[in-house]
Amino acid sequence: MSGTYLGMPAFPEAAREAVGDTTLRGNLRHATHTIRAKRAKAVTEVSDWAELREAGKRIKDHTLRYLDRYLEQLEESVTAAGGIVHWAADAAEANEIVTRLVKATGETEVVKVKSMATQEIGLNEALEAEGIRAYETDLAELIVQLGKDRPSHILVPAIHRNRGEIRDIFAREMGEWGRPAPEGLTDTPAELAEAARLHLREKFLRAKVGISGANFMVAETGTLVVVESEGNGRMCLTLPETLISVVGIEKIVPTWRDLEVFLQTLPRSSTAERMNPYTSTWTGTTDSETADGPSTFHLVLLDNGRTDTLADEVGRQALRCIRCSACLNVCPVYERAGGHAYGSVYPGPIGAILSPQLRGTGSEIDASLPYASSLCGACYDVCPVAIDIPEVLVHLRERVVQGGEVTREGNKVVLRPAKGHAAERAAMRAARWAFTHPGALRTGQRAASRSRRFHPRTLPGPGRAWSGTRDLPPVPAEPFRDWWQRTRGGKDGDR
Amino acid sequence: MNSRERILGRVRRALADAPAEDEPIARDYLREHGQRTVAETVELLAENLADYRAVVHRCTDEELPDVLTRLLAERGARSVLVPPGLPPHWLGAVDATRVPDRAVSTPHELDQVDSVVTGCAVAIAETGTIVLDGSPDQGRRRITLVPDHHICVVRVPGQVVSSVPQGLERLDPARPLTWISGPSATSDIELDRVEGVHGPRTLEVVLVGQGRTGAT
Repeated sequence: MSGTYLGMPAFPEAAREAVGDTTLRGNLRHATHTIRAKRAKAVTEVSDWAELREAGKRIKDHTLRYLDRYLEQLEESVTAAGGIVHWAADAAEANEIVTRLVKATGETEVVKVKSMATQEIGLNEALEAEGIRAYETDLAELIVQLGKDRPSHILVPAIHRNRGEIRDIFAREMGEWGRPAPEGLTDTPAELAEAARLHLREKFLRAKVGISGANFMVAETGTLVVVESEGNGRMCLTLPETLISVVGIEKIVPTWRDLEVFLQTLPRSSTAERMNPYTSTWTGTTDSETADGPSTFHLVLLDNGRTDTLADEVGRQALRCIRCSACLNVCPVYERAGGHAYGSVYPGPIGAILSPQLRGTGSEIDASLPYASSLCGACYDVCPVAIDIPEVLVHLRERVVQGGEVTREGNKVVLRPAKGHAAERAAMRAARWAFTHPGALRTGQRAASRSRRFHPRTLPGPGRAWSGTRDLPPVPAEPFRDWWQRTRGGKDGDR
Repeated sequence: MNSRERILGRVRRALADAPAEDEPIARDYLREHGQRTVAETVELLAENLADYRAVVHRCTDEELPDVLTRLLAERGARSVLVPPGLPPHWLGAVDATRVPDRAVSTPHELDQVDSVVTGCAVAIAETGTIVLDGSPDQGRRRITLVPDHHICVVRVPGQVVSSVPQGLERLDPARPLTWISGPSATSDIELDRVEGVHGPRTLEVVLVGQGRTGAT
């Protein structure tokens, strides 16, 4: 993934700063609570939500199970429709392919549709290094790009900014990139949207190369689908002469009909709308007589850790994700820590299971992400493809602590247990010994009960970090087993 | 080994132990939500279009040219993009300069045009969506994108379906499709919907049929 995130501190350190930022907390609370209520209403409107969710899950599981077959079918149908298919095993290869394709057009600037895949690979930075300027055209991406900032939400990357901050960024930075913001710009959302319209218009009209991702790719027809709101997607997909789409290999659905499920569940889950304002679908290129849109279409199929994720029996369900971001909006941890603390373009609950699988758990931030959750399960409840995020989180915690066999870049490797969890392992070993030695357990429990007045509120030594954010459970005056023996389980009416 | 072979090989190794997933997918979700008469479906389309800030008008076949003339005049449109297959009499009385949809037009030229009038391929009532498929009465995708004012004519009830599944059934994936649900909008500022970004900021939908007359 993007080098921007190298050297990120572990989640708890990164989150500590965010949690102390009252403006950020206010912005996040306002935005997530607004969308939460709306999503719930949009979902209640369709009485068959449970069936749609189950069908979405099944379609994705089936696709992933036969992914090799569907990838080959997709390649064939895209090629037959006049598109050119490229395969990229990792970020560097994808960036190299796209850079080469842009250079071949002779252009030095491109317009971009919001795309998680191109953020994941750090495409903009790679293009910049080769003298090609990429203009982000989604409003939130524009705010992030102009503010020299990092995205903090899958759907609304500038969710951490409020309208006043956005106004300031536009007024200060737009002139550096092209048409300046109008004089006297206020912070009303309509005026801010208008400023973005004016600023980007000239870029759309002169663009020769567009770069996009895709929400879905249909294997049987070779059709790509982009779901959006603003019309910047339509601009990038139709006005340029060359279109380059970089898409993760897991974005396939087998048939055209399968879209009937996701085009119902995605908009309601993401922006809480019955339908998003614009959805574009295209199949290769059209012939010259009725030419509509780009005359050259390249599809770059991206692996970059997806096949490694696929190799994990429990973790592979993360590849069902359709990037709706409903799990972010309901997450109590995300609401307080914000997206930046996750150290990845994929923040929130889905990021906590996706990033450590795509990138491995080698870095401090990735090893800490499976712990960035209270396991409350709200994410699983709202997920339109029923990804059991808590299950994967626990699975990844186990992997971090115990190590074991994983797949990295297609090869099986054995992970060593993480260093930082020595105290946890020691505690678990001690617990196992105690629970298998009833006499010792009884003696220990009685001692604990008798000494309870002297118990500290926080643990000493390595336990300090654990009890720094948790209350120690109070020890009862009498161990349960003693109470049971004395009262025969309360049958004597004695308490 | 090239990357294609490398990726496909990784996929196959990753799935070597995976159990089969070949049971047919249970599509026990609904084909449409609720029971409605044809008239009620059209009514729902109008409601949902309006809910997402499209301006809805209704008229009969005979009234259509007058309605289009009036809407363009009210907008003050000096020029209007016309797809090649639009019935000529629809815009017979229009004062605005007609601009044909041509492959050679540059985006800058299209940006000078005030309005566009098109038909549509299908309209979906439950979601308030109109779908364009580039047929001769709709033209290239860009002509309904660059001008700031789009008037879309929907034949009711013939072009109206209830639901997304029914809509997809009627569409040809080989054609470039544009699904439109209200004018362009964004939720990017504080996750609240604001209309009017890059696409046409005014979307007017004319429902043409034997139904009642006048704007709703």
